[in-house]
Amino acid sequence: MNAPDTAPPAAHWPDARESRVPYRTYTDPDLYAEELERIFYRGHWCYVGLEAEVPNPGDFKRTVIGERSVILVRADDGSLAVVENHCAHRGVRFCQKEFGTAKRFVCPYHQWNYDLKGNLVGVPFRNGFIVEGRKVGGMPPDFDMKAHGLTQLKVEAHNGVVFASFDHDVPPLRDYLGPDVMPWFERVFDGRRLVVLGYSRQRIPGNWRLMQENIKDPYHPGLLHTWFVTFGLWRADQRSQMVMDTHGRHAAMISRRNQGGEGEATKGVASFKQNMTLHDDRVLDVVPEPWWNGPTVTMLTLFPSVIIQQQVNSVSTRHIVPRGPGVFDFYWTHFGFADDTPEMTRRRLRQANLFGPAGYVSADDGEVIEMQQQGFSQDPGYRTMSELGGREIGPTDHMVTETLIRGLYRYYRGVMDV
Amino acid sequence: MNAPAAMIDVALRLEIHDLYAAYAACLDHGELDEWPEFFTEECVYKLIPRENFDRGLPLATLSFESRGMLKDRVYGATQTLFHQPYYQRHLVAGIRVTGVEGDAVRTEANYLVVRTKKNELSEVYNCGRYIDRIVRDAGRLRFAEKICVFDSELIPNSIIYPI
Repeated sequence: MNAPDTAPPAAHWPDARESRVPYRTYTDPDLYAEELERIFYRGHWCYVGLEAEVPNPGDFKRTVIGERSVILVRADDGSLAVVENHCAHRGVRFCQKEFGTAKRFVCPYHQWNYDLKGNLVGVPFRNGFIVEGRKVGGMPPDFDMKAHGLTQLKVEAHNGVVFASFDHDVPPLRDYLGPDVMPWFERVFDGRRLVVLGYSRQRIPGNWRLMQENIKDPYHPGLLHTWFVTFGLWRADQRSQMVMDTHGRHAAMISRRNQGGEGEATKGVASFKQNMTLHDDRVLDVVPEPWWNGPTVTMLTLFPSVIIQQQVNSVSTRHIVPRGPGVFDFYWTHFGFADDTPEMTRRRLRQANLFGPAGYVSADDGEVIEMQQQGFSQDPGYRTMSELGGREIGPTDHMVTETLIRGLYRYYRGVMDV
Repeated sequence: MNAPAAMIDVALRLEIHDLYAAYAACLDHGELDEWPEFFTEECVYKLIPRENFDRGLPLATLSFESRGMLKDRVYGATQTLFHQPYYQRHLVAGIRVTGVEGDAVRTEANYLVVRTKKNELSEVYNCGRYIDRIVRDAGRLRFAEKICVFDSELIPNSIIYPI
């Protein structure tokens, strides 16, 4: 898709600082349409799934990049392909199943069919039809099967996680993620076989960037989330590290659990519950795993479309699916590893009560994002203010900072030309 | 001893209907402290997307294994989870006994939960079916198991209170 290069910036950025983001940028439909083009469909890798979701040839998963429906599929030769989900003939979004196994993709309308890599291999009546001894119809003589395949995306998988791009000139995935963030990606995904435990899906009435910001914001967890501060899962007095790539678009928030309880980090914190004890603490039955190598939590934001969560024994990917300037869908894929014991699997599932649309430390993230969007809508001329830790942008060895959000907006303003 | 569902008597059927009505009333009136009492001490409560349930994937949106965990959920929902306030209204229909297993009765029922937020229109929030196991425990019927399998493909932002 070509956006005119001369398009005027849809959003003004009156205060030329990354720490002050105009509310209008979260509500403007024109800017949002431009984000889809410049961020989701060009120059970036988007998350499409895990290899474990399509283990065998023919296995497919229908998913989304930006607002475009695509299909991740394991081809006959074992390679991965991603094709766009609309027929080259008359535009039908032919694949309606979420998961399945197929030999070919067949459009129900006129039965055009495609191999698993999206090449057109069958067109009914292509050579016409004999009616009363006379050949009638058929495609024109210059009809070229090769010119009418499904849109094929560029695909790369790294240690079981699959990304795709409509842009075939996108840099290699390793370069895209960069050397600062890659070690944290490979800490979770070191090549071990993954086992999908299930999905959670929610619709959050807020701009998609707010979820990226939420997981680039180490300021809020120890304040908004009682469970984090009370049980020492995430709070200001922990040994922490904020990492970003050179562009500021990807980041990792890394921290180590402490004993919780009262301390400097709980003074004046309304959500801290000194006397809170659990009737059944199996939800927090944390057992350290060798691959953690110290940190108990690492939260990765891979721009633009996915968050990778390791919070104690719970691991998931969280897929951001924009649905307009004021709403996005959020797909959680919880997983474990092939060598997990049954006890470890049960532990991961118990700790999943903390996360997802009803989770003790996640349900309220969706709630505050919805309320942010409400605030943006009522006063588009205003702006946010994220200057904890100063106005600098760079990695830190603590969590009392909003540097990662500022980094994101330095990058965003460059890409969007705003 | 397993017996056909048709064997259970009318009085027990009415008692089961009353249990569902009381359960819905408890949640709809916001009497959440009473909610764990509808379950046995050792119990199973799951709120699980139909997608996971049908494919045999174990992840649940909520998954509890004891009355203690249910009490913790009530505390979590009322004291720790920041959320926009809402009412919920449960419509439970089609309660049927699907089997008898020793002292336990297996039942299923459809449910529809309507959510009403402050200053907003009422909306369909979550719909699905209960797959339950009911036992008599300390003088009343209680759920030893309640699996809420919801059709809803997307949760409208969050679920705070029990279904």
